[in-house]
Amino acid sequence: MRKLFVPVLALTALMFAYSPIAIANAPYESTMRLVQKIFYYHFPAWMALTVSVTVCTVASALYLFKGSARADRIAAAAAEVTVIFGLFGLVSGSLWGRKAWGVWWQWDARLTMAFLLELIFFGYILVRNYGGPGAEKLAAAMGIFGGATAPFVYKSVDWWRTVHPKTSVMTTLGQTSPEMWYVVWFCTFTILLFMGLLLAARVRLEEQRAALDQLYLAAED
Amino acid sequence: MNVLKVALLILRKDFAIELKSYEIVSTTLFFSVACVAIFSFAFVKEGQAPVDVSAGILWIAIAFSGTLALGRTFERERYGETLKALLLAPAPRPAIYLGKLLGIVTLLFATEVVVVPMVAFLFDAPFFTKPLLLVALLGLGTIGYAAVGTLFAAMLVRARTRDVMLPILLYPITIPVIIAGVRGTSALLATPVDEPVAMLWIGMLSFFDVVFVTISLWTFEPLMTE
Repeated sequence: MRKLFVPVLALTALMFAYSPIAIANAPYESTMRLVQKIFYYHFPAWMALTVSVTVCTVASALYLFKGSARADRIAAAAAEVTVIFGLFGLVSGSLWGRKAWGVWWQWDARLTMAFLLELIFFGYILVRNYGGPGAEKLAAAMGIFGGATAPFVYKSVDWWRTVHPKTSVMTTLGQTSPEMWYVVWFCTFTILLFMGLLLAARVRLEEQRAALDQLYLAAED
Repeated sequence: MNVLKVALLILRKDFAIELKSYEIVSTTLFFSVACVAIFSFAFVKEGQAPVDVSAGILWIAIAFSGTLALGRTFERERYGETLKALLLAPAPRPAIYLGKLLGIVTLLFATEVVVVPMVAFLFDAPFFTKPLLLVALLGLGTIGYAAVGTLFAAMLVRARTRDVMLPILLYPITIPVIIAGVRGTSALLATPVDEPVAMLWIGMLSFFDVVFVTISLWTFEPLMTE
Protein backbone atom coordinates (compact mmCIF):
# COMPACT_ATOMS: atom_id res chain seq x y z
CA MET A 1 0.00 0.00 0.00
CA ARG A 2 2.65 2.50 1.06
CA LYS A 3 4.75 1.77 -2.03
CA LEU A 4 1.81 2.74 -4.22
CA PHE A 5 1.22 6.07 -2.48
CA VAL A 6 3.82 8.17 -4.33
CA PRO A 7 3.07 6.88 -7.88
CA VAL A 8 -0.66 7.34 -7.34
CA LEU A 9 -0.03 10.80 -5.93
CA ALA A 10 1.96 11.71 -9.04
CA LEU A 11 -0.74 10.30 -11.33
CA THR A 12 -3.47 12.19 -9.45
CA ALA A 13 -1.48 15.42 -9.62
CA LEU A 14 -1.06 14.99 -13.38
CA MET A 15 -4.73 14.23 -13.91
CA PHE A 16 -5.72 17.11 -11.67
CA ALA A 17 -3.48 19.47 -13.62
CA TYR A 18 -4.98 18.29 -16.88
CA SER A 19 -8.60 18.47 -15.68
CA PRO A 20 -9.05 22.28 -16.17
CA ILE A 21 -7.87 21.87 -19.77
CA ALA A 22 -10.34 19.02 -20.35
CA ILE A 23 -13.12 21.06 -18.73
CA ALA A 24 -12.29 24.12 -20.84
CA ASN A 25 -12.36 22.03 -24.00
CA ALA A 26 -15.68 20.37 -23.18
CA PRO A 27 -18.65 21.79 -25.09
CA TYR A 28 -20.75 24.53 -23.52
CA GLU A 29 -24.11 23.63 -22.05
CA SER A 30 -26.79 25.47 -24.04
CA THR A 31 -28.65 27.31 -21.25
CA MET A 32 -26.16 27.75 -18.41
CA ARG A 33 -23.04 28.29 -20.53
CA LEU A 34 -19.92 28.85 -18.41
CA VAL A 35 -21.63 28.28 -15.04
CA GLN A 36 -22.32 24.65 -15.88
CA LYS A 37 -18.55 23.99 -15.70
CA ILE A 38 -18.94 23.80 -11.90
CA PHE A 39 -20.55 20.43 -12.55
CA TYR A 40 -17.17 18.91 -13.43
CA TYR A 41 -16.05 19.25 -9.83
CA HIS A 42 -19.44 19.27 -8.11
CA PHE A 43 -20.51 15.80 -9.22
CA PRO A 44 -17.09 14.19 -8.54
CA ALA A 45 -17.06 15.66 -5.01
CA TRP A 46 -20.38 13.96 -4.24
CA MET A 47 -19.18 10.73 -5.82
CA ALA A 48 -16.10 10.83 -3.58
CA LEU A 49 -18.42 11.46 -0.64
CA THR A 50 -20.53 8.47 -1.62
CA VAL A 51 -17.46 6.25 -1.53
CA SER A 52 -16.17 7.67 1.76
CA VAL A 53 -19.60 7.34 3.41
CA THR A 54 -19.77 3.73 2.28
CA VAL A 55 -16.28 3.07 3.64
CA CYS A 56 -17.18 4.73 6.93
CA THR A 57 -20.42 2.77 7.33
CA VAL A 58 -18.91 -0.60 6.51
CA ALA A 59 -15.89 0.07 8.72
CA SER A 60 -18.14 1.25 11.58
CA ALA A 61 -20.22 -1.92 11.33
CA LEU A 62 -17.08 -4.06 11.26
CA TYR A 63 -15.77 -2.28 14.32
CA LEU A 64 -19.05 -2.69 16.20
CA PHE A 65 -19.68 -6.32 15.38
CA LYS A 66 -16.15 -7.68 15.05
CA GLY A 67 -14.29 -5.26 17.33
CA SER A 68 -11.60 -4.63 14.74
CA ALA A 69 -9.46 -1.65 15.81
CA ARG A 70 -8.21 -1.25 12.24
CA ALA A 71 -11.77 -0.83 11.00
CA ASP A 72 -12.30 1.85 13.64
CA ARG A 73 -9.28 3.80 12.38
CA ILE A 74 -10.50 3.54 8.79
CA ALA A 75 -13.98 4.72 9.81
CA ALA A 76 -12.54 7.73 11.61
CA ALA A 77 -10.47 8.66 8.58
CA ALA A 78 -13.40 8.16 6.19
CA ALA A 79 -15.67 10.36 8.31
CA GLU A 80 -13.25 13.27 8.11
CA VAL A 81 -12.83 12.83 4.37
CA THR A 82 -16.64 12.75 4.08
CA VAL A 83 -16.94 16.10 5.85
CA ILE A 84 -14.37 17.66 3.53
CA PHE A 85 -16.02 16.49 0.32
CA GLY A 86 -19.45 17.30 1.71
CA LEU A 87 -18.36 20.87 2.41
CA PHE A 88 -16.90 21.15 -1.06
CA GLY A 89 -20.06 19.72 -2.61
CA LEU A 90 -22.33 22.04 -0.64
CA VAL A 91 -20.28 25.14 -1.42
CA SER A 92 -19.88 24.33 -5.12
CA GLY A 93 -23.58 23.51 -5.31
CA SER A 94 -24.49 26.76 -3.60
CA LEU A 95 -22.37 28.78 -6.02
CA TRP A 96 -23.98 27.00 -8.95
CA GLY A 97 -27.43 27.45 -7.46
CA ARG A 98 -26.87 31.20 -7.15
CA LYS A 99 -26.41 31.40 -10.92
CA ALA A 100 -28.83 28.69 -12.03
CA TRP A 101 -31.73 29.19 -9.61
CA GLY A 102 -31.00 32.75 -8.47
CA VAL A 103 -30.67 31.77 -4.80
CA TRP A 104 -27.73 30.60 -2.72
CA TRP A 105 -29.76 28.04 -0.86
CA GLN A 106 -33.20 26.50 -0.87
CA TRP A 107 -34.60 24.02 1.63
CA ASP A 108 -35.75 21.45 -0.89
CA ALA A 109 -35.46 17.72 -0.29
CA ARG A 110 -32.04 17.15 -1.86
CA LEU A 111 -30.34 20.14 -0.27
CA THR A 112 -31.89 19.45 3.13
CA MET A 113 -30.86 15.79 3.13
CA ALA A 114 -27.35 16.60 1.91
CA PHE A 115 -27.01 19.19 4.66
CA LEU A 116 -28.20 16.69 7.27
CA LEU A 117 -25.71 14.11 6.07
CA GLU A 118 -22.96 16.70 6.50
CA LEU A 119 -24.25 17.42 10.02
CA ILE A 120 -24.26 13.72 10.92
CA PHE A 121 -20.61 13.35 9.97
CA PHE A 122 -19.74 16.58 11.75
CA GLY A 123 -21.42 15.00 14.77
CA TYR A 124 -19.28 11.92 14.22
CA ILE A 125 -16.10 13.98 14.50
CA LEU A 126 -17.40 15.95 17.49
CA VAL A 127 -18.36 12.85 19.45
CA ARG A 128 -15.04 11.20 18.63
CA ASN A 129 -13.04 14.16 19.81
CA TYR A 130 -15.04 15.21 22.86
CA GLY A 131 -17.02 12.11 23.81
CA GLY A 132 -14.43 10.82 26.27
CA PRO A 133 -13.78 7.11 26.80
CA GLY A 134 -15.94 4.81 24.72
CA ALA A 135 -16.62 7.52 22.15
CA GLU A 136 -15.49 5.22 19.34
CA LYS A 137 -18.62 3.12 19.72
CA LEU A 138 -20.89 6.17 19.74
CA ALA A 139 -19.12 7.40 16.63
CA ALA A 140 -19.59 4.01 14.99
CA ALA A 141 -23.35 4.22 15.61
CA MET A 142 -23.27 7.68 14.07
CA GLY A 143 -21.46 6.24 11.04
CA ILE A 144 -24.11 3.56 10.59
CA PHE A 145 -26.95 6.08 10.81
CA GLY A 146 -25.04 8.27 8.37
CA GLY A 147 -24.86 5.33 6.01
CA ALA A 148 -28.62 4.87 6.37
CA THR A 149 -29.21 8.53 5.51
CA ALA A 150 -27.01 8.54 2.42
CA PRO A 151 -29.42 6.61 0.13
CA PHE A 152 -32.12 9.16 1.04
CA VAL A 153 -29.81 11.93 -0.14
CA TYR A 154 -29.22 10.14 -3.41
CA LYS A 155 -32.85 9.21 -4.13
CA SER A 156 -34.41 12.41 -2.73
CA VAL A 157 -34.46 14.07 -6.15
CA ASP A 158 -36.45 11.20 -7.63
CA TRP A 159 -38.91 10.93 -4.74
CA TRP A 160 -39.74 14.59 -4.23
CA ARG A 161 -40.14 17.48 -6.61
CA THR A 162 -36.94 19.46 -6.16
CA VAL A 163 -35.07 22.23 -7.93
CA HIS A 164 -32.04 19.96 -8.13
CA PRO A 165 -31.72 17.80 -11.30
CA LYS A 166 -32.68 14.12 -11.02
CA THR A 167 -30.26 11.21 -10.81
CA SER A 168 -31.08 10.34 -14.43
CA VAL A 169 -29.14 13.42 -15.57
CA MET A 170 -25.94 11.38 -15.91
CA THR A 171 -27.52 8.68 -18.10
CA THR A 172 -29.08 11.26 -20.40
CA LEU A 173 -25.81 13.14 -20.55
CA GLY A 174 -24.10 9.98 -21.82
CA GLN A 175 -26.51 9.92 -24.76
CA THR A 176 -26.87 13.63 -25.56
CA SER A 177 -23.33 14.82 -25.03
CA PRO A 178 -20.69 12.08 -24.77
CA GLU A 179 -17.89 14.68 -24.81
CA MET A 180 -19.19 16.21 -21.59
CA TRP A 181 -19.86 12.79 -20.16
CA TYR A 182 -16.23 11.68 -20.67
CA VAL A 183 -14.87 14.81 -19.03
CA VAL A 184 -17.18 14.33 -16.03
CA TRP A 185 -15.98 10.80 -15.51
CA PHE A 186 -12.36 11.83 -16.01
CA CYS A 187 -12.78 14.41 -13.24
CA THR A 188 -14.67 11.92 -11.09
CA PHE A 189 -11.88 9.40 -11.40
CA THR A 190 -9.31 12.08 -10.52
CA ILE A 191 -11.21 13.17 -7.41
CA LEU A 192 -11.78 9.56 -6.39
CA LEU A 193 -8.04 8.91 -6.56
CA PHE A 194 -7.50 12.07 -4.53
CA MET A 195 -10.03 10.85 -1.97
CA GLY A 196 -8.23 7.51 -1.78
CA LEU A 197 -4.95 9.31 -1.13
CA LEU A 198 -6.46 11.46 1.62
CA LEU A 199 -8.00 8.40 3.18
CA ALA A 200 -4.74 6.44 3.05
CA ALA A 201 -2.77 9.33 4.56
CA ARG A 202 -5.34 9.80 7.31
CA VAL A 203 -5.48 6.08 8.12
CA ARG A 204 -1.69 6.06 8.33
CA LEU A 205 -1.80 8.95 10.80
CA GLU A 206 -4.31 7.04 12.96
CA GLU A 207 -2.10 3.95 12.81
CA GLN A 208 0.94 5.92 13.93
CA ARG A 209 -1.08 7.40 16.77
CA ALA A 210 -2.21 3.97 17.90
CA ALA A 211 1.38 2.71 17.68
CA LEU A 212 2.57 5.68 19.75
CA ASP A 213 -0.08 4.98 22.39
CA GLN A 214 1.10 1.39 22.52
CA LEU A 215 4.69 2.55 23.06
CA TYR A 216 3.63 4.89 25.87
CA LEU A 217 1.76 2.05 27.55
CA ALA A 218 4.77 -0.24 27.15
CA ALA A 219 7.08 2.41 28.60
CA GLU A 220 4.85 2.87 31.63
CA ASP A 221 4.75 -0.84 32.46
CA MET B 1 -38.67 -15.42 28.13
CA ASN B 2 -39.84 -13.87 24.97
CA VAL B 3 -38.81 -10.40 23.85
CA LEU B 4 -42.13 -8.66 24.34
CA LYS B 5 -42.61 -10.02 27.83
CA VAL B 6 -39.19 -8.76 28.91
CA ALA B 7 -39.86 -5.40 27.31
CA LEU B 8 -43.14 -5.08 29.21
CA LEU B 9 -41.42 -6.10 32.44
CA ILE B 10 -38.85 -3.33 32.01
CA LEU B 11 -41.64 -0.88 31.24
CA ARG B 12 -43.41 -1.97 34.43
CA LYS B 13 -40.22 -1.59 36.45
CA ASP B 14 -39.65 1.95 35.15
CA PHE B 15 -43.27 2.84 35.80
CA ALA B 16 -43.12 1.54 39.34
CA ILE B 17 -40.07 3.71 40.05
CA GLU B 18 -41.61 6.72 38.33
CA LEU B 19 -44.90 6.42 40.23
CA LYS B 20 -43.00 6.77 43.52
CA SER B 21 -41.82 10.29 42.72
CA TYR B 22 -43.37 11.44 39.41
CA GLU B 23 -40.03 13.15 38.86
CA ILE B 24 -39.56 12.64 35.12
CA VAL B 25 -43.21 13.09 34.17
CA SER B 26 -43.62 16.31 36.09
CA THR B 27 -40.33 17.88 34.98
CA THR B 28 -40.90 16.95 31.34
CA LEU B 29 -44.46 18.24 31.36
CA PHE B 30 -43.43 21.47 33.04
CA PHE B 31 -40.63 21.95 30.53
CA SER B 32 -42.90 21.37 27.54
CA VAL B 33 -45.49 23.82 28.90
CA ALA B 34 -42.79 26.43 29.52
CA CYS B 35 -41.46 25.83 26.01
CA VAL B 36 -44.86 26.43 24.39
CA ALA B 37 -45.42 29.46 26.61
CA ILE B 38 -42.13 30.99 25.44
CA PHE B 39 -43.15 30.48 21.82
CA SER B 40 -46.45 32.08 22.60
CA PHE B 41 -44.76 35.14 24.15
CA ALA B 42 -42.43 35.36 21.18
CA PHE B 43 -44.94 34.96 18.37
CA VAL B 44 -48.43 35.97 19.50
CA LYS B 45 -48.75 39.73 19.10
CA GLU B 46 -51.84 41.70 20.19
CA GLY B 47 -53.90 38.54 20.51
CA GLN B 48 -53.15 37.53 16.92
CA ALA B 49 -51.42 34.18 16.48
CA PRO B 50 -49.27 34.09 13.34
CA VAL B 51 -50.43 31.75 10.59
CA ASP B 52 -48.81 28.36 10.03
CA VAL B 53 -46.38 28.26 12.94
CA SER B 54 -48.31 26.02 15.33
CA ALA B 55 -47.22 22.73 13.72
CA GLY B 56 -43.58 23.73 14.02
CA ILE B 57 -43.97 24.87 17.60
CA LEU B 58 -45.72 21.66 18.58
CA TRP B 59 -42.94 19.50 17.17
CA ILE B 60 -40.14 21.63 18.60
CA ALA B 61 -41.77 21.37 22.03
CA ILE B 62 -42.02 17.58 21.64
CA ALA B 63 -38.44 17.24 20.43
CA PHE B 64 -36.99 19.40 23.21
CA SER B 65 -38.97 17.74 25.99
CA GLY B 66 -38.02 14.41 24.46
CA THR B 67 -34.32 15.24 24.76
CA LEU B 68 -34.83 16.20 28.38
CA ALA B 69 -36.80 13.06 29.18
CA LEU B 70 -34.27 10.80 27.43
CA GLY B 71 -31.43 12.25 29.47
CA ARG B 72 -33.33 11.91 32.74
CA THR B 73 -34.49 8.34 32.16
CA PHE B 74 -30.99 7.01 31.78
CA GLU B 75 -29.56 9.33 34.40
CA ARG B 76 -31.68 7.44 36.90
CA GLU B 77 -30.15 4.12 35.84
CA ARG B 78 -26.68 5.62 36.09
CA TYR B 79 -27.29 7.18 39.47
CA GLY B 80 -28.56 3.92 40.92
CA GLU B 81 -25.76 2.08 39.10
CA THR B 82 -28.41 -0.30 37.85
CA LEU B 83 -27.69 -0.26 34.13
CA LYS B 84 -25.05 -2.94 34.48
CA ALA B 85 -27.48 -5.09 36.43
CA LEU B 86 -30.10 -4.54 33.77
CA LEU B 87 -27.67 -5.56 31.04
CA LEU B 88 -26.56 -8.60 33.03
CA ALA B 89 -30.12 -9.87 33.25
CA PRO B 90 -30.60 -13.12 31.32
CA ALA B 91 -32.72 -11.42 28.70
CA PRO B 92 -32.08 -10.59 25.07
CA ARG B 93 -30.55 -7.11 24.74
CA PRO B 94 -33.03 -5.95 22.08
CA ALA B 95 -35.79 -6.62 24.62
CA ILE B 96 -34.13 -4.22 27.08
CA TYR B 97 -33.94 -1.60 24.36
CA LEU B 98 -37.57 -2.19 23.46
CA GLY B 99 -38.66 -1.82 27.08
CA LYS B 100 -36.82 1.49 27.42
CA LEU B 101 -38.23 2.67 24.10
CA LEU B 102 -41.79 1.87 25.22
CA GLY B 103 -41.21 3.87 28.39
CA ILE B 104 -39.96 6.94 26.53
CA VAL B 105 -42.76 6.73 23.96
CA THR B 106 -45.39 6.50 26.71
CA LEU B 107 -43.86 9.49 28.48
CA LEU B 108 -43.86 11.53 25.27
CA PHE B 109 -47.47 10.57 24.57
CA ALA B 110 -48.35 11.90 28.00
CA THR B 111 -46.53 15.13 27.13
CA GLU B 112 -48.40 15.38 23.83
CA VAL B 113 -51.74 15.01 25.59
CA VAL B 114 -50.92 18.28 27.38
CA VAL B 115 -48.99 20.10 24.67
CA VAL B 116 -51.33 19.58 21.71
CA PRO B 117 -54.38 21.19 23.36
CA MET B 118 -52.15 23.94 24.72
CA VAL B 119 -50.77 24.82 21.28
CA ALA B 120 -54.27 24.57 19.82
CA PHE B 121 -55.52 26.94 22.52
CA LEU B 122 -52.71 29.52 22.42
CA PHE B 123 -52.22 29.57 18.65
CA ASP B 124 -55.83 29.09 17.66
CA ALA B 125 -54.97 26.02 15.60
CA PRO B 126 -57.66 23.52 14.51
CA PHE B 127 -55.73 20.37 15.45
CA PHE B 128 -58.78 18.21 16.03
CA THR B 129 -60.55 18.27 12.67
CA LYS B 130 -58.99 14.91 11.72
CA PRO B 131 -58.14 13.33 15.08
CA LEU B 132 -57.14 9.95 13.67
CA LEU B 133 -54.61 11.41 11.26
CA LEU B 134 -53.23 13.61 14.02
CA VAL B 135 -52.80 10.60 16.30
CA ALA B 136 -51.07 8.68 13.49
CA LEU B 137 -48.67 11.56 12.80
CA LEU B 138 -47.85 12.12 16.46
CA GLY B 139 -47.55 8.41 17.21
CA LEU B 140 -45.27 7.57 14.29
CA GLY B 141 -43.20 10.72 14.72
CA THR B 142 -42.70 10.08 18.42
CA ILE B 143 -41.68 6.48 17.82
CA GLY B 144 -39.13 7.48 15.18
CA TYR B 145 -37.66 10.19 17.37
CA ALA B 146 -37.60 8.04 20.50
CA ALA B 147 -36.13 5.04 18.66
CA VAL B 148 -32.91 6.88 17.85
CA GLY B 149 -33.02 8.84 21.12
CA THR B 150 -33.23 5.74 23.31
CA LEU B 151 -30.28 4.15 21.56
CA PHE B 152 -28.04 7.20 21.91
CA ALA B 153 -29.15 8.04 25.44
CA ALA B 154 -28.38 4.47 26.51
CA MET B 155 -24.93 4.63 24.96
CA LEU B 156 -24.18 8.05 26.42
CA VAL B 157 -24.78 6.88 30.00
CA ARG B 158 -21.08 6.17 30.34
CA ALA B 159 -19.85 9.28 28.55
CA ARG B 160 -18.69 12.31 30.52
CA THR B 161 -20.19 14.82 28.09
CA ARG B 162 -23.59 13.12 27.71
CA ASP B 163 -25.68 16.28 28.20
CA VAL B 164 -24.10 18.03 25.23
CA MET B 165 -23.64 14.97 23.10
CA LEU B 166 -27.23 13.75 23.13
CA PRO B 167 -28.69 16.65 21.11
CA ILE B 168 -25.60 16.83 18.90
CA LEU B 169 -25.99 13.20 17.90
CA LEU B 170 -29.75 12.98 17.97
CA TYR B 171 -30.89 16.05 16.04
CA PRO B 172 -29.06 15.58 12.72
CA ILE B 173 -30.35 12.01 12.50
CA THR B 174 -33.93 12.72 13.55
CA ILE B 175 -34.52 15.98 11.68
CA PRO B 176 -36.16 14.04 8.80
CA VAL B 177 -38.71 12.72 11.30
CA ILE B 178 -39.36 16.21 12.66
CA ILE B 179 -39.70 17.60 9.12
CA ALA B 180 -42.18 14.87 8.19
CA GLY B 181 -44.13 15.50 11.40
CA VAL B 182 -44.25 19.26 10.88
CA ARG B 183 -45.24 18.99 7.21
CA GLY B 184 -47.91 16.40 7.94
CA THR B 185 -49.35 18.42 10.80
CA SER B 186 -49.35 21.59 8.70
CA ALA B 187 -51.35 19.73 6.06
CA LEU B 188 -53.91 18.86 8.75
CA LEU B 189 -54.15 22.48 9.84
CA ALA B 190 -54.74 23.78 6.31
CA THR B 191 -58.23 24.80 5.32
CA PRO B 192 -59.55 22.65 3.74
CA VAL B 193 -57.58 19.77 5.30
CA ASP B 194 -55.01 18.46 2.83
CA GLU B 195 -55.53 14.77 3.50
CA PRO B 196 -53.42 13.26 0.66
CA VAL B 197 -50.38 15.28 1.75
CA ALA B 198 -50.88 14.25 5.38
CA MET B 199 -51.11 10.61 4.26
CA LEU B 200 -47.90 11.01 2.25
CA TRP B 201 -46.02 12.20 5.33
CA ILE B 202 -47.57 9.46 7.45
CA GLY B 203 -46.18 6.96 4.95
CA MET B 204 -42.82 8.68 5.09
CA LEU B 205 -42.83 8.53 8.91
CA SER B 206 -43.66 4.81 8.88
CA PHE B 207 -40.73 4.27 6.56
CA PHE B 208 -38.34 6.20 8.82
CA ASP B 209 -39.66 4.31 11.85
CA VAL B 210 -38.95 0.96 10.24
CA VAL B 211 -35.41 2.03 9.28
CA PHE B 212 -34.59 3.57 12.66
CA VAL B 213 -36.07 0.82 14.83
CA THR B 214 -34.36 -1.86 12.74
CA ILE B 215 -30.93 -0.21 12.96
CA SER B 216 -31.37 0.44 16.68
CA LEU B 217 -32.40 -3.13 17.50
CA TRP B 218 -29.54 -4.40 15.39
CA THR B 219 -26.82 -2.20 16.93
CA PHE B 220 -28.01 -2.06 20.56
CA GLU B 221 -26.32 -5.29 21.57
CA PRO B 222 -22.77 -4.50 20.33
CA LEU B 223 -23.08 -0.87 21.42
CA MET B 224 -23.94 -1.75 24.99
CA THR B 225 -21.26 -4.45 25.27
CA GLU B 226 -18.05 -3.23 26.81
